[in-house]
Amino acid sequence: MPAKQSSNPAGWPQRISTFIKHLPRRTITYIKQVWQANWETNLKVPLTAIAFGLLVGGLFVLSIGKNPLAVYLAILESVFGSPRSFLDVIGQATPLVFTGLSVAFAFRTGMFNIGAEGQYMMGLLAAGIVGIKLHFLPRILLLPACLLAGTLAGGLWGAIPGWLKAKRGVHEVINTIMMNYIALYLTNTLIMSAWLKAPGYQATYEVDPKALIGRFMGTTANWGILIAAAAVAVTYYLLWRTKFGYEIRATGHNPDAAKYAGINVPRRLLSALVISGMLAGLGGAIQTLGVKRRVFQLFGFTGVGLDGVAVALIGRNHPVGVVLAALLYGVLYRSSAMIQLSTGVPRQVIGIMQACIIFFVAADEIIKLIMKHLPQRGKAA
Amino acid sequence: MDQPLPFVEMRGISKYFPGVVANDNVDLTIHRGEIHALLGENGAGKSTLMNILYGLYQPDAGEILLNGKPVQIDGPNTAINYGIGMVHQHFMLVEPFTVAENIVLGCEPRRGVWFSRRQAIAQVEAISKQYNLQVDPRARIADISVGMQQRVEILKALYRGADLLILDEPTAVLTPQEADELMQIMRQLTDAGKSVIFISHKLKEVLRSCDKVTIIRRGRKVVTMPTAGASMQELASLMVGRSVQLTVNSNPSQPGQSVLQVENLSANDARGLPALRNVSFDVREGEIVAIAGVEGNGQTELVDCLAGMRPATSGTIRLRGQTITNQNPRAVVEAGVAHIPQDRHKHGLVLDFTVAENAILRNYYQPPVASGIFVKQDEMVDYATKLVEKYDVRTPSVQTLARSLSGGNQQKIVVAREIEQQPDLLIAAQPTRGLDVGAIEFIHKQLIEQRNAGKAVLLVSLELDEILALADRILVFYEGRIAGELSRDEATEENIGLLMVGGTGKGGDGVAS
Repeated sequence: MPAKQSSNPAGWPQRISTFIKHLPRRTITYIKQVWQANWETNLKVPLTAIAFGLLVGGLFVLSIGKNPLAVYLAILESVFGSPRSFLDVIGQATPLVFTGLSVAFAFRTGMFNIGAEGQYMMGLLAAGIVGIKLHFLPRILLLPACLLAGTLAGGLWGAIPGWLKAKRGVHEVINTIMMNYIALYLTNTLIMSAWLKAPGYQATYEVDPKALIGRFMGTTANWGILIAAAAVAVTYYLLWRTKFGYEIRATGHNPDAAKYAGINVPRRLLSALVISGMLAGLGGAIQTLGVKRRVFQLFGFTGVGLDGVAVALIGRNHPVGVVLAALLYGVLYRSSAMIQLSTGVPRQVIGIMQACIIFFVAADEIIKLIMKHLPQRGKAA
Repeated sequence: MDQPLPFVEMRGISKYFPGVVANDNVDLTIHRGEIHALLGENGAGKSTLMNILYGLYQPDAGEILLNGKPVQIDGPNTAINYGIGMVHQHFMLVEPFTVAENIVLGCEPRRGVWFSRRQAIAQVEAISKQYNLQVDPRARIADISVGMQQRVEILKALYRGADLLILDEPTAVLTPQEADELMQIMRQLTDAGKSVIFISHKLKEVLRSCDKVTIIRRGRKVVTMPTAGASMQELASLMVGRSVQLTVNSNPSQPGQSVLQVENLSANDARGLPALRNVSFDVREGEIVAIAGVEGNGQTELVDCLAGMRPATSGTIRLRGQTITNQNPRAVVEAGVAHIPQDRHKHGLVLDFTVAENAILRNYYQPPVASGIFVKQDEMVDYATKLVEKYDVRTPSVQTLARSLSGGNQQKIVVAREIEQQPDLLIAAQPTRGLDVGAIEFIHKQLIEQRNAGKAVLLVSLELDEILALADRILVFYEGRIAGELSRDEATEENIGLLMVGGTGKGGDGVAS
């Protein structure tokens, strides 16, 4: 058998071809293992919730006299219709990966970071300002400076409620919501000032080309996905492989036991919200540099940070889950525009589906109940 | 036998959970007017059996007969309709509501669409008079003692017409005095024709207060027998399935140098009121010093101060001469103090962490478990595996969540982790609270072993039996002071008990200044 030839250099091509030959089977086995290991704990509830969300959305479509199948087909087409549509889904999902990670990270420390929205906006703004004003820097300095500025601005927006929580015990939900409004109006004030506003635009000047992140085929997808992938990996390793992550998770699960273990709980709360804010801020920076290219006047919240809460919820506060949930949201974002065009069904139906999915994930006890009764009914039938 | 028809009969009850046989063909017969103890270790299947009787679970096999007729109990409401009431170990009371409001909650007397508070109070007063269970119907739950709250729970069941009361480990939360009162209440109820199922693993109480006892081991019924004529040894052996050593500390201590010196220590409780007043004592190598007292007399505050989890308002704590007053918990641990906390769920464990993650709670940041900024997963698993094997923690794997283990095994993780720190001083705060006989025996052995290895051990316990079994010296706390000190030889249940309630014991020479 080829296994014997492993020590022989001439066997290399054969080993590679054997490897490739077995790759599909191995991949399937691996996926099966992951599926089985996660079905009960992580997959069952979100997947069932998605199914129910689609179902309820379909019923709504039926109730207004349209064909739900056409809507489902439109959703599929908006994803797989062309390579560009597929890329656009990824592009829509990218910022959500960051805000989802942001919310999930805070949640692992036992905090509810509603402020991903504000931290994301600060990322949009700070990256824009640096990208416009430090245009004299070479690309190798300017691009990192923009990303860093967005990250730090987001981190600052997490640090303020984090400090208030750690030192004063003020609840982070209240403070992060306040910080969202401050970020919103600060952004609008600054970009409408003569310092930043481009004539004829309700927006700033364009970011210096040297600071831009390349897009794929002109879609919203851009090289930022590499940074997103890195952020997912770093978040995972930080949480589950480092002392810091151990302390973060201990604090999140049981602050009393964390204190007993000698962990400085207030300091961990503060640092968790800073990191949470940095993740959202980095997402904002990438959105400015990769997609928007200017900072636009905001007429309200962008929704990216708020949907980050839903993404973290559906993704079960796990970095990999967040990626999958962000992709789902990417699909829904993109298809909401397509549906109205191709089927005449109002785009709000997508909002209904989103709401149902969140509802069913949040109400996972209901799902468990339904799952418990389904097989019994099957037996009786 | 020619006996009247039993009130409740459970026949051949079996209940399976994935991978576990919780009940295997269990029979249980309850007659009117009897107190029937259900005795078994944690995880033996007592609670499952009672949850089946109360309608929370459906049995996979077997039947339940009520007055000789088979019934199906498909939920607590059905159980209540059949006259079965349950008082859970953790009370189900609405704290801001009054006693009367809690008792009538769910079947409130009404006047029109309005809740009639006056009628509720009258009804509660009537029922409390009928069963001679005094309560103040207007008092708020948050303001009354735990013993009173339990009384409210019992009245709640009686108000709903319960003929059979299931009491799930009712004495676990009570002081010895409150427990005595509960025994009287149970007797009054059975005199009035009610039946009581008393779930417990405290042998003494079972012998003292129950008529019959059914012992369950690993999901099977071992025996049902009258308690008259049974001995603690006999019950313990039947419960665990082997002979159990109930007293462990046999050889006298040979104390060495002083390890812990506490001088004039004072501290406040969570509300900021003085709870520990000017306490001084020391603990030496090779001795177990026990702190006795009714709960809430400053023991918790003392332990918190010693462990660095509560600031002292005055006084000093020294460990081998080194001052550790008001240090943070980590500094205290690194100075050589190990601490088995009284509430393992709140402080001792992170329940949603795995066994392995809990095992490294003290040393996750040090080599060999940590390296640089990382926690080494292999080292963590190795370390935890070593602990699990050495201390016989029964867990499917070290990657199992601590939450899913039994109380005894959870506590073994805590004990293992703390002892493995090789401390100079081991503080054990109520180390066997809520554990079964097997686990208690194990933990007592560990404490004795630590003492024999020359460590200083400070034991805080509410159980006089435990103190008498283990202690070399006994300090009795009353209202935040040391009311008296007794040596092992002079201590008896009587003189400790007297000091505990503020009397003066015989051993007057040890009374603190």
